[in-house]
Parts: sequence; structure tokens; C-alpha cells
Amino acid sequence: MRATPSVLPLHVRGVSYVVDGKALLSDIDFTLTDGSRTIMLGPNGAGKSLTLRLCHGLLQPSTGEISWAVPHRVAARAQAMVFQRPVMLRRSAAANVAYALAVRGVPRRRRGPRVAEALAAAGLADRAATPARVLSAGQQQRLALARAWALEPEVLFLDEPTANLDPAATHAIERVINAFRGRGTKIVMTTHDLGQARRLADHVLFLHRGRLVEQGPAEAFFSRPASREARSFIKGELLW
Amino acid sequence: MGELTDAFAAAAGMVVGLDPDLVEIVLLSLRVSLVAVGLAAVIGLPLGAAVALFRFPGRGAAAVLLNALMGLPPVVVGLIVYLLLSRAGPFGVLGLLFTPTAMIIAQTMLVLPIIAALGRQVVEDLWRDYAEQLRSLGAGPARAIPTLLWDGRFTLLTAVLAGFGRASAEVGAVMIVGGNIDHATRVMTTAIALETSKGDLVLALGLGLVLIGLSLGVNGLAYGMRGLGRFAG
Repeated sequence: MRATPSVLPLHVRGVSYVVDGKALLSDIDFTLTDGSRTIMLGPNGAGKSLTLRLCHGLLQPSTGEISWAVPHRVAARAQAMVFQRPVMLRRSAAANVAYALAVRGVPRRRRGPRVAEALAAAGLADRAATPARVLSAGQQQRLALARAWALEPEVLFLDEPTANLDPAATHAIERVINAFRGRGTKIVMTTHDLGQARRLADHVLFLHRGRLVEQGPAEAFFSRPASREARSFIKGELLW
Repeated sequence: MGELTDAFAAAAGMVVGLDPDLVEIVLLSLRVSLVAVGLAAVIGLPLGAAVALFRFPGRGAAAVLLNALMGLPPVVVGLIVYLLLSRAGPFGVLGLLFTPTAMIIAQTMLVLPIIAALGRQVVEDLWRDYAEQLRSLGAGPARAIPTLLWDGRFTLLTAVLAGFGRASAEVGAVMIVGGNIDHATRVMTTAIALETSKGDLVLALGLGLVLIGLSLGVNGLAYGMRGLGRFAG
């Protein structure tokens, strides 16, 4: 399906992130391989979003190493990220998607079809001409997904994409995420919502207080959690 | 008291009747200030955005300098441009002193720091919200400059209008480099100063009315722009 060589696996080795002498992440080790859906799970403040930003290259680790199968510059072009609060430019929905393609150097004449396809994939075909900032929160998040879709990433990072949304909007977002999966995109997503993790996860990274406490296939993690922290989190106990 | 109301009536009559002398002065004023503000915007907005987005040594000093230059006294700007353009000055050979071009240069210098400093503030605030998203898409600071200038267009336009307000209302700079020559470099503010000192209150008042109307119009436009910005999300 993909002409260019895969950017995966992503190796995260001994990574820590320190701010003002305080370690927000310590000794993070994991490897992301194929196109399965990896969910980073844990309570707020566990370091999930930080880990995602480190993987995406928005932050640099204090120690340790993050490496792709290809150089970082090449890997960056195979990634996209959807943030908790989408940032939309003051222009139409379609123009927001086209902008992302322009930054990636896609020639103008080739942008139109890809914009239309991306908007359709996110269920926003009839909103193409609407100013992006006028869209509802759920629609804006779907537009963020459409923008990512147009870039045809091999890896898609999502940082709590449904944290501020109602169930209907969340359902619509999850459908688009699974459409990405259907296209072979590697999904790496953070959530503190256990139900969402159960719905979407093939593979779980469980973080707590800046440490990667447990990782493994979702089925095993949810049925036989190995750590005390994961056991109480899955039972729905308050964990902080 | 009666003299004052008579003068007002005569002045209003001049404005409504489009008195040729008055129209000539108003048009020159508009030409000088509009061109100056246009130039200042074309240079100042990208300059302000660059100071906001690029990390370089002395960036803080540049921001402070821009803010400090906002309060530059017009007469000082006039003096500097006068020295540059005078016969003995480095650009004396161009023969620009006491021409509208000299006035445009002076007003551009006066307004440039205002537009650049306000632009820097607007772009810096936007960048705080946009930085992660734009970097994620692969846009560095250089690519972000046109993006943020366009996204801040409604707010930035108020900065440009503030610059126009300053340019059209100042006397000192255009007086020094223009010389207030009749039918050549006489603009509204310098004409008001001259006519008042000559005791011809009618023309001075008429020009004053136009100037106040212009200021009201510009502020109304700025207010409308903010509303438009909100409407466009």
C-alpha cells in the first residue's frame, strides 16, 4: 500500500523529561511496531500527553533516546497529530485542510481532491465552505481529523481527542479513528477514559506518575492487569 | 461668541460646498498619510511578526525598542528626516526636501514602530495558541509569519488604523520636512496651524471638522473590524 519505506518501529529507550529539576517522566521504554491501535492509559497528570509530544518531536527528551526506522526529518512527514483542543485557522474548513497540504509541499492542483476526500472521511463534506471557527467543538475535532487524513500519515497521534465532547460527538470521532485504522494508519492515542480504551485498544501502555507501569496486549491488560495501580484503575477506583 | 458661530457656519459651508482649497489640502493629506501607512504596514507587520516568532540574541531588546519607538516625538522624526534629506545630508542629492515624498518618508518612520510593535504583540499572542499545531503540521517560524498575519488580519487592521490616526493627526514631522508650502506640501494639520496663527479661523475650522470626521470614521471602522473578527470566529 505504501510506496515509501515504513518509519516504524519507533523505539523509546530510557526516556525522561525533567522540568526545573522535577522529573515529569522517568525511564520510559517501549517500542511501537505495526499498524495496531496503541492506547496510552492513565489518570490525569500521568505523563501521557508529554510522552505523545516527545514521540511526535514537539519536545526533546532530557535523557534517553527516541528513534524511528528513518531519520527524524523523514519520519516527521509520516506523522500527524490531533490535539485535545483543535487549533483552526480563521478560514473555511476546506482551506484548513488545504493549508496542511500546502505546508507539506503538495502542489495546488493536487490539493482539491485530497481535501474533498478528507472532509468526506470525517463526515464534513457539506461543511467545506463553513468558517472553521464557526463549527461546533465536535465538528472542529473531526476537521482536525480530516486535516490529518489528508496528510495520509503512517502514524497518527491523538491527545485525548474526545475529552471535551459529548457521547454522540465522541462516537463520531471514534468512527473516524477506526477509518484511519482501516487505511493501515498506526494509531497512538492517550485517554483517561477506561471505556474508550476498552473500545479502541489493541495494545495498552499504562502510565502512572510519570512512569510506564505496565504494557501489553489490550485483552490481557484488561483481564489480568499485573500491577496494583492498573488493577485499581481498571476497577474504577480513584487513582492519583 | 457670535463670531465663533459665524466661523463655524462658514467652515461647515466650506466643507459641504467642497471648497477647492480645502479639497486640495485634504486630498494631499490623505495621499501622504495613506501611502505612509501602507508602506509602514508592508514593512512593519512582517517585521513585528519576525520579532515575535524568531528566537535570536537581542530579541527582548528589539521588542523593548519597538515599544519605545512607538512614542517617538513627531518633531524629532521630522528633524532626523530633515537632516538626512537636506542639501548637506546623505540623501541631499535626491532633492526630496519640501516635497510630499519627504513627508511620506517622515510619516512612515513615525508610524512604522507603532504598526510593528502592535503587530508583534498580536502575532505573539496567536503563536502561543498555534505553535504546537503549526509545528506538528511542519510549519516553522518563517512559514508561520504569513499564516499568523492572515489569521490576525482583523486585529492587525486596527493596528494599521491606529497608525493612520497618528499619521493624519501629527503636525511636527510634516511641518519640518514639508515646509507647509501652499499648493505643494500643505496638509490639514500644518494648514490649521498656519491659518490659526494668521487669524483665518474659517479654513482652520473647516479642516478641523474634516480631521475630526476622519478620526471618527477611522475609529468606527476599527470598531466594526473587531465585530467582523468576532463574526468570522
